[in-house]
Amino acid sequence: MVDTSNGRAQPDQLAQPNQLAQPDQLAESDQLAESSRLGRLSRRAVLAGVAGSAAVAMTPAISAPAAADDGLAADAIKTLTRGAQIKPGRVTVVMPELAENGNTVALTVTVDSPMTAADHVKAIHVIADKNPIARIVTMHLGPRAGRAKVATNIRLATTQVVTVLAEMSDGQYWSGAQEVIVTLAACMDAG
Amino acid sequence: MAITRIVCPTAAKPGDVIEIKTLIQHHMETGHRRDDIGNAIPRDIVNELAVTYNGVEIFRAELQPGVAANPFFAFTTTATETGDITFTWTDDRGVKTVERRRITVG
Repeated sequence: MVDTSNGRAQPDQLAQPNQLAQPDQLAESDQLAESSRLGRLSRRAVLAGVAGSAAVAMTPAISAPAAADDGLAADAIKTLTRGAQIKPGRVTVVMPELAENGNTVALTVTVDSPMTAADHVKAIHVIADKNPIARIVTMHLGPRAGRAKVATNIRLATTQVVTVLAEMSDGQYWSGAQEVIVTLAACMDAG
Repeated sequence: MAITRIVCPTAAKPGDVIEIKTLIQHHMETGHRRDDIGNAIPRDIVNELAVTYNGVEIFRAELQPGVAANPFFAFTTTATETGDITFTWTDDRGVKTVERRRITVG
């Protein structure tokens, strides 16, 4: 899933823009943003081909996937928030700074919210950008929770920053993050 | 039927914010792993935990393979009335595990 972005920059693949832009190959919702990016790439490749200069086509083609490489979490966040602005703050993430085993890492999230019917946390999203699937869990709360405090155990593939988004009842998004150093990764036995 | 553990008070005063802890025994197979001869092990996870209090949803979690095996969740709710708190876990095979806890409020 991650490796495909490197393959996109290959010139022979760019020569087949229609094949690249197949929407059904990118059916996963997390990759919708990817598909629009691919669409742009393909048009550029085609236009440059008409102009008769393959060298010009390569310049944007290389720079775009490079930006997309670390964009797994960014894409997941974009899908979740539907492009809404995210403000840092109000979310406290408590995780161990050093996790000996990535298979189970304790996570506690507290959101600064009065939890009333008019102003409460609707959902808490946990995202880890270096996991095979950036989205880890979404927890839906309501005013009846009384306090916006949840805890769970997650898997971490490697040392990374875990981002937590809080979706408020008024549509605002707040975020908090915590870096965790993982000494034994959760994906070690995935070979 | 998977083994579950639930920590939930049996009595509370009206308006009390109570903490509930849940755990279900489940291997949470990610779908990324392969067996000894290279075949992909299919994904099998608990994909949802829904908690209702007298039929009204108070907490729901949508799980991905990034949640650790034996998924644990802790959350809070406000004790409003005497009744049942129902916990429903659903896994990829469609198996539902349902547990109930009675809480007396007053």
